Amino acid sequence: MFLSFLGVMFDGIAYGMLLFVMSVGLSVTMGMMGFINLAHGAFAMLGGYVCTTLMNQYHWPYLLTLPAAFLAVVAVSVILERGLYRRLYGASDLDQVLLTIGLVFMSVATMTFFWGTAQQPVNLPSYLSGQWSLGGVGLGFYRLFLIGFGVAVSGLLIFTVERTSFGATVRAAVDNQKMAAGIGINVNGVFAVTFAIGSGLAGLGGALGVNMVGLDPTFAVKFLVYFLLVVSVGGLNSIGGTLTAALVLGVSDVAGKYYVPAVGAFIIYAVMVALLMWRPNGLFGRRS
Amino acid sequence: MKISKRGLLIGSTAAILASGLGASGAMAEGTIKIGVILEYSGPFAVQAKEIDNGINLALEQRGDSIAGKKIEIIRKDTGGPKPDVAKRLATELVTRDKVDMLAGVVLTPNALAIADVATQAKVPFVIMNAATSIITAKSPYIVRFSFTLPQVSAPLAEWAFKNGIKEAYTLVSDYGPGLDAEASFKKAFTAAGGKIVGDVRVPLSNPDFAPYVQRVKDAKPQAVFVFVPAGAQAIGLMKAAAERELVKSGIQMIGTGDMTDDAVLQSMGDAALGLVTSHHYSYAHKSPHNKAFTDGVEAIDNSLRPDFMTVGGYDGMIAIYKVIEQLKGKMDGDKAMAIFKSMKFESPRGPIAIDPATRDIVQDVYIRRVEKVGDKLVNVEFDKIPSVKDPGK
Repeated sequence: MFLSFLGVMFDGIAYGMLLFVMSVGLSVTMGMMGFINLAHGAFAMLGGYVCTTLMNQYHWPYLLTLPAAFLAVVAVSVILERGLYRRLYGASDLDQVLLTIGLVFMSVATMTFFWGTAQQPVNLPSYLSGQWSLGGVGLGFYRLFLIGFGVAVSGLLIFTVERTSFGATVRAAVDNQKMAAGIGINVNGVFAVTFAIGSGLAGLGGALGVNMVGLDPTFAVKFLVYFLLVVSVGGLNSIGGTLTAALVLGVSDVAGKYYVPAVGAFIIYAVMVALLMWRPNGLFGRRS
Repeated sequence: MKISKRGLLIGSTAAILASGLGASGAMAEGTIKIGVILEYSGPFAVQAKEIDNGINLALEQRGDSIAGKKIEIIRKDTGGPKPDVAKRLATELVTRDKVDMLAGVVLTPNALAIADVATQAKVPFVIMNAATSIITAKSPYIVRFSFTLPQVSAPLAEWAFKNGIKEAYTLVSDYGPGLDAEASFKKAFTAAGGKIVGDVRVPLSNPDFAPYVQRVKDAKPQAVFVFVPAGAQAIGLMKAAAERELVKSGIQMIGTGDMTDDAVLQSMGDAALGLVTSHHYSYAHKSPHNKAFTDGVEAIDNSLRPDFMTVGGYDGMIAIYKVIEQLKGKMDGDKAMAIFKSMKFESPRGPIAIDPATRDIVQDVYIRRVEKVGDKLVNVEFDKIPSVKDPGK
């Protein structure tokens, strides 16, 4: 009983870490510019396709496809941000939502055109498959890898935001855009960089997650719901909040499916409703 | 993928041309029209393509004219599991294009939606895949050339009990065919003397199978019977089972052939080796007829390995040809159904017949094991239950 509980915790944390890597960028960009980027899932999906294509058609090793997915998505997001998104920074929420949901549909059609509607196959290298039994709890290598990756990414992000001068300008731009611009910070530039990194992380998450959650052209729509759950529960633009929310939702999703399979898939929404009734601005939300 | 796009283009071009031609009555005189409704786009596009390849092979072998008449195929795309669209397309085909027969559908909900249209128009509807038991009961104009889930699940239950499995757990997708498979496996297994120790139903749109597989593993049953739709879901389930080392921990995994569908078996990798499944068709079925069939399909489209859907499409189309031949081109819904009901012929999968009482298919069900032949993973048949009727009715 206790052992299975530990197993559920382990799987849930691995799932949560994946959700965190995929959604942290959305939380930061939404909090910073108040820009509602519903196409965030499309960036994650693109990362997944970069990973599977490099692996299956060009026989790259899995670990090398991860940075490639990150960089490819960064490049695409810079083009979109400079070309499309920046025109709508001051626009109404409705305009932003219409633009980005349009991008989602375009991305679904584009992926279908190039890769078809089939699920993309991915075969992990042998050192990531199988599991390791620790005192009766089976720890999958792939999930251990996900957790390690998630810890490293969150550590790096928190360090960058809290301890570096770039991080300080980001925080300043988030707290008060006008004041930050007034003291000579290039808010637009800071935002462009943050947006690119956040999108790149989504792409990285997409590539990491293919083995666990699969990949087909509907990914961008299917996972949008999960990203929005994480961001609304975590509170905007708080890395710690996003991490906590992703872990809570990941664990409750896995636990719900394990212990009460009949309603398991809905548990995650019940948790969201409960948490938002308790903290309407999210766990670590600061906006009033 | 290039080929599938081309197929779609050809299909839609044909559809556009056909609707243009349909307007002039004189042209329609010498033509017999078959309306094919499939899920050409959306999440089941691959399955639709498999069926379409089977249809194309039959057309290639039999030619496009028969009994002095020209055969015209009008293809329509439902875009996925959309019963409302399927019904509208069927209605259009019947009223505007005046088709003589309807055929197709991968999915049960789409088949059920078309049933009423077939009944009202008295147009035979040839099912090429949809496998829920109840479908043929929904209209006297429906005839099925694929299979039903109870038809393959029940023989597997009996085989499992005979081969030393006394306790089993079931894991199925939570929708019509899954519930059909679960119910008939349980019924046949307990009737044989076995014991069901637990069951779990997985939502149809489910991103991660891990918790469900873990639940089965922790229950430590002797064996687990699984059914999920062929394709992406089967791959996902196999992955989760491999990652949790379900089989290595001593739990035998058995299931319907949807799990090891030939179209995706190769991409499952060695994790699928040794899996025992029951189904009516295997790509590796040893017969000259099947050899000619698989070679023929691969000559049309070598991007997809022919599977049970392809054979469903092929046999359905061959049956349609046989009916037109016997009617000498004078099409009539009721007469056509009478011929369908007594139909019996040799398919690439083995001998098949239609049960006149239910208009459902009667065929041999094979027990197969995944093995590596050359560098290909295939389902090797090693046991057979002859002439199985659908036990779900």
